[in-house]
Amino acid sequence: MPAVQETVDRVRQIDVDQYRYGFETIIESEKAPKGLSEDTVRFISAKKNEPAWMLEWRLEAFRRWLTMEEPTWARVDYPKIDYQDLYYYSAPKKKALASLDEVDPEILKTYEKLGIPLREQEMLAGVVRPEGERRVAVDAVFDSVSVATTFQAELKAAGVIFMPISEAIREHPDLVKKYLGTVVPTSDNYFATLNSAVFSDGSFVYVPPGVKCPMELSTYFRINERNTGQFERTLIIADKGAYVSYLEGCTAPQRDENQLHAAVVELVTHDDAEIKYSTVQNWYPGNSEGKGGIYNFVTKRGDCRGKNSKISWTQVETGSAITWKYPSCILRGDNSRGEFYSIAISNGYQQVDSGTKMIHLGKNTTSRIISKGIAAGVSQNTYRGLVTAHRKATGARNFTACDSLLIGDKCGAHTVPYIEAKNSSALFEHEATTSKISEDMLFYCVQRGLSQEEAVALVVNGFVKDVLQQLPMEFAVEAQKLISISLEGSVG
Amino acid sequence: MTALLEVKGLKVQVEDNEILHGLDLNVNPGEIHAIMGPNGSGKSTLSHVIAGKPGYDVTAGEILFKGEDLLEMDPDERAAKGVFLAFQYPVEIPGVTTMNFLHTALNAQRKARGETELMAPEFLKKVREIAKSLNVPIDMLKRGVNVGFSGGEKKRNEVLQMALFQPSLCILDEMDSGLDIDALRVAADGVNALRSKDRAMVVITHYQRLLNYIVPDFVHVMSKGRVVKSGGKELALELEKSGYAQFEDKAA
Repeated sequence: MPAVQETVDRVRQIDVDQYRYGFETIIESEKAPKGLSEDTVRFISAKKNEPAWMLEWRLEAFRRWLTMEEPTWARVDYPKIDYQDLYYYSAPKKKALASLDEVDPEILKTYEKLGIPLREQEMLAGVVRPEGERRVAVDAVFDSVSVATTFQAELKAAGVIFMPISEAIREHPDLVKKYLGTVVPTSDNYFATLNSAVFSDGSFVYVPPGVKCPMELSTYFRINERNTGQFERTLIIADKGAYVSYLEGCTAPQRDENQLHAAVVELVTHDDAEIKYSTVQNWYPGNSEGKGGIYNFVTKRGDCRGKNSKISWTQVETGSAITWKYPSCILRGDNSRGEFYSIAISNGYQQVDSGTKMIHLGKNTTSRIISKGIAAGVSQNTYRGLVTAHRKATGARNFTACDSLLIGDKCGAHTVPYIEAKNSSALFEHEATTSKISEDMLFYCVQRGLSQEEAVALVVNGFVKDVLQQLPMEFAVEAQKLISISLEGSVG
Repeated sequence: MTALLEVKGLKVQVEDNEILHGLDLNVNPGEIHAIMGPNGSGKSTLSHVIAGKPGYDVTAGEILFKGEDLLEMDPDERAAKGVFLAFQYPVEIPGVTTMNFLHTALNAQRKARGETELMAPEFLKKVREIAKSLNVPIDMLKRGVNVGFSGGEKKRNEVLQMALFQPSLCILDEMDSGLDIDALRVAADGVNALRSKDRAMVVITHYQRLLNYIVPDFVHVMSKGRVVKSGGKELALELEKSGYAQFEDKAA
């Protein structure tokens, strides 16, 4: 049919070069020598003034990494990464320590362009804020270091620790030692082990017992430097009865070569505690020919260590050339609950292999998985998930719904669910659908006055609505816009 | 008076198959035209081509709307200029509330015409009034667009949009299909309330029945891609008696 042909033609001219955050910040930076060796690890550790135990921890991970093989089971295809051809540490030269005013104005400008309100401190200094406005404390990580963390004082008053992990290692070594690597061990997988050896910065959050964190916490990651890998490490602990909502955002400049991002995020909830972790991932996806873009190999895992605790992951994945990411929950405490809400959009030549693992160990543990995959262009979009109930996990329950939406006829959607129930009382439900945006649906919308692109955005936003509702309000609006931008030019 | 819609010598193909073989139609403001004909006579093709649905190749002829070349415009542009197609089978759009859809569409049209966009309170007031007049419960507008709507609800939703957008040309494609007699009456009342001297309607139907409720000024009989006979409303009654067979021979 001609209509289909038209769509096909448009898909062919697909333009994913509409990435808005592709600019580069020209600043002087200090880098570790190229390549990876024990010396690199020592260099990073020394730069951070780390205690000896931390260096040992890293070196052990590095030695283990040397013995490991890069995994190949994911449905992604990329040329071999030369790990010796990367920089593992890059920091803006004029690192400010005393106050935000000392941060290189170029970096502040960068965050301003990205819409990140680092200047919130000014507001704190006395500017009247409209009533009811939600506040977000931000930690900004530029290449390998954290450049500014806002709202420190107010958080401190509440007893919440929110700081770059490099500082936490020095200032709260006992807490870090107690939790680091207990959810994602250094031996966990190739990329997590690499991260353990060379991670440079990231956020550390500790919410003490009974405290509900007074504001959203947010970390903003930016890769700026060429040929640099970013290896951030985030550790969040909600002690008994505590609550925290955390959001991370990511962008990178547009470059022809691929850049590596291998992060590790660990979450721990004690009895009756809850962590809500939201991600809006918009790393540079590469250009319309599939050149450049971020390789995003991320290990995220939460441990519901205490009874009645809860961990909820919400992710909006629109960026990266390759996404390899499975935010998971270990439901150890009785009656604990894990949730995973995901929107993964792939366009152009992007490849996504993402999903979750819900590991039921405690009694009467529940989990819920809602995954929405949207594939356009010539992209491949895979949901890969594991739901498992341990022998002793009586009364485990899971509900999974995986929906895929295809735009055009050159993309692919794949669903690979693994389900294991080792006791007879487990109740697992799995639903999956695959649909295509129909020409009829789009025509109905344009007949009512919407442009083609507005029509696609409307239909897609309807498709992902259940997940968008899980995001904090401000970010939901941002995510909605991002979804529209990511799909621009995807339909004729 | 300039015609609102002028279709001249229109030839249309779908994948090398000619469906319309040179069709003419003139519609003036305030007029209601009924287009009748058997299955496959090209009635729906005509409505789709006027609205700009992709998949049709116009090989000859032209369509002027308010004197402008309609075929040069994108479908959303046509909508903003006042062309409205009430669908035979309105599609479902899960996850998008009807309210949100109406608001987005109305503002897209207003924006295209250089008018200010309507803010939520103003818009809600307007929609509530229209919904009330059409007996549409507000709860229905909070559901996904046409999702789980009955046949009657879907058609009422189309009429509601017509009342909201105030188009100058309404094309009703088989509005009676899938409706029982009560639902048909409600929808037809809604359409009749929209009759005005500035607005024209093209009513496409198989059956005379609908025309008891929406009384046309002109009736055209289509067969095999052409208008084979035109007349007043009495032509519909004549058809009801004698059927389409006589015209099929003529068109052959």
